[in-house]
Amino acid sequence: MLQEESDLSLTIAQIVQKLKGSNLYAQLERQAWGSWEKRILKSLNSMCTELSIPLARKRPVGEQKELLNKWNEMGTDEPDLSLFRPVYAPKDFLEVLINLRNPNYENGDSLSFRTHLGLIQVPLKVKDIPELKEFFVELGLTTGQLGIDDSTQVPPELFENEHVRIGQKVLVEQDSAAAQQYIRQGSPTALRAELWALILNISSQPEDILYYEQLKTNVIQHDLLVDSLIYKDVKLTASNDDYYFVFEDYLYQVLLCFSRDTSVLAHFAYNSASPPKSYIRGKLGMEEYAVFYPPNGVIPFHGFSMYVAPLCFLYHEPSRLYQMFREMYVRFFFRLHSISSHPSGIVSLCLLFETLLQTYLPQLFYHLREIGAQPLRISFKWMVRAFSGYLATDQLLLLWDRILGYNSLEILPVLAAAVFAFRAVNLMEVTSLAAAEAVLADLSTLKVMPLLQIFLFATVT
Amino acid sequence: MSRVLVPCHVKGTVALQVGDVRTSQGRPGVLVIDVTFPSVAPFELQEITFKNYYTAFLSIRVRQYTSMHTPVKWVTCLRDYCLMPDPHSEEGAQEYVSLFKHQMLCDMSRVLELRLILRQPSPLWLSFTVEELQIYQQGPKSPSMTFPKWLSHPVPCEQPAPHLEGLPNPSSVSSEVQQMWALTEMVRASHTSTKIGRFDVDGCYDLNLLSYT
Repeated sequence: MLQEESDLSLTIAQIVQKLKGSNLYAQLERQAWGSWEKRILKSLNSMCTELSIPLARKRPVGEQKELLNKWNEMGTDEPDLSLFRPVYAPKDFLEVLINLRNPNYENGDSLSFRTHLGLIQVPLKVKDIPELKEFFVELGLTTGQLGIDDSTQVPPELFENEHVRIGQKVLVEQDSAAAQQYIRQGSPTALRAELWALILNISSQPEDILYYEQLKTNVIQHDLLVDSLIYKDVKLTASNDDYYFVFEDYLYQVLLCFSRDTSVLAHFAYNSASPPKSYIRGKLGMEEYAVFYPPNGVIPFHGFSMYVAPLCFLYHEPSRLYQMFREMYVRFFFRLHSISSHPSGIVSLCLLFETLLQTYLPQLFYHLREIGAQPLRISFKWMVRAFSGYLATDQLLLLWDRILGYNSLEILPVLAAAVFAFRAVNLMEVTSLAAAEAVLADLSTLKVMPLLQIFLFATVT
Repeated sequence: MSRVLVPCHVKGTVALQVGDVRTSQGRPGVLVIDVTFPSVAPFELQEITFKNYYTAFLSIRVRQYTSMHTPVKWVTCLRDYCLMPDPHSEEGAQEYVSLFKHQMLCDMSRVLELRLILRQPSPLWLSFTVEELQIYQQGPKSPSMTFPKWLSHPVPCEQPAPHLEGLPNPSSVSSEVQQMWALTEMVRASHTSTKIGRFDVDGCYDLNLLSYT
């Protein structure tokens, strides 16, 4: 009886988590999203017809055997991917967001107190710094942080030892809510994998491993066009990255299975997007032969594999890595590439970034705008990838600790604004978008937590 | 509690504005919507539902039927109900709202007419209103359940049956049966609910191009 109850409450907790605050505004979202989705479908269809490659085909038995044999080293394969192109890149998506308009909104020529000087023209409610200070209160100057108070100059007795001890206790108690509160101050490296699994309520049961094996069988049996897109994306992004190229094989194992996972379709209940649909050949229009493509409804874009790459540092067992990625995706990452009015949706995040910059660094904002370098054009790619591939991995993991701890992606625009504040002096001297990009090209030396702390709690406004 | 839709006539919105409508520059910030019930006798209001469209604050006044021959006057039953926490931003702007009898300031037992006063102080929106307005009265009460006599008047405990030769002790049998039942329940409960999730139709996933609808 107890097991049943705890399973039920686990499921309820996960559902409540996902449904919290999912407001969808019909007029605004569906029109914009509808035309964007159509564009993506057209692109995929034209790739299919131009290259004469079917959307899906069943692999012949010989090919299935071959793939099974080299399942653990798919990275050694060098298929010809030159004709494939990513369906879209973050900058295409940014253009869609820039053109979002509310038909009921006064967008007159005269400047009013609410004219949007940035790129986003949608009046969503975003937090200001006093509200952010309250929201991120555990990042304050008087609270110990991993990422700051564990540096070599600070004796570990002051904070680090005690923090590790509390973390071990939380894991022993298996208290998910306590873990979420604890991780706001950062997670010790040794405990991070367990803590994230505890917060996301992931436990590797035999049926989960079985489910993953089933997905693997699906990959072996059917070849999808989307697979080539995934291959191309991994080769273009993760394989070229100094930190992540070692995980190339893992990335294929996760992403190919992810495409076939129909349980991901459930997240479309709270996502304003809808999965692409098609019919079995010869049965056009017959509902009983309608299927989703790809089976999980998610078409990968350029950089998608970077959502998985950081997790490879934490999880080495493929089915566990897969479960963690899937849960992170349906809770957080999907919001970064779909249009909604959710406070953690990409539109709100962009608006929050622009508002923070405009309010607290007005000279910088004005200067960049004048030289034609709208700040969002530079920071958008950071936020869409949740900074994966831009920060050093230990810093990235500290950042993602806070995403889990606060259950919100709002820390991303705050960090983006903090980076601009940090490099403000150099940015004030540039005279073009390209030069501004150059100043902000390399973030790999940045320390995330001091930047956030200074921007939120120590900047004189 | 069931509810019944009351057919109503929603008159066109009237904007309240100071000065001449033609010459003034700004847009009106107050709109009034009258709701009458031409073919219905004075009823008890249960619920009001509508879809908001950029209205920030709502007040409702009601005119009720009185049996005495006093002149019927308007009474405010909802004052400055906030629909949009920040009138300048999107939050709450297009939400579905339900207002119930118990939220009203006065008794709503014999409603003749309603007047909705919509306010939107922000100059950012081109227009504002409420849509899909529906008024409900209380439906018929669900039929009362009649319990069978033996439930509502349980028979007092009978005398224990006489102990019969050769039969096992009834209490030990019943406890064993209970244990077996608990075991079967456990087996049933541990059945996993994980779906296998097939994405193909009968093993076939040979697709047409993607549909645009």
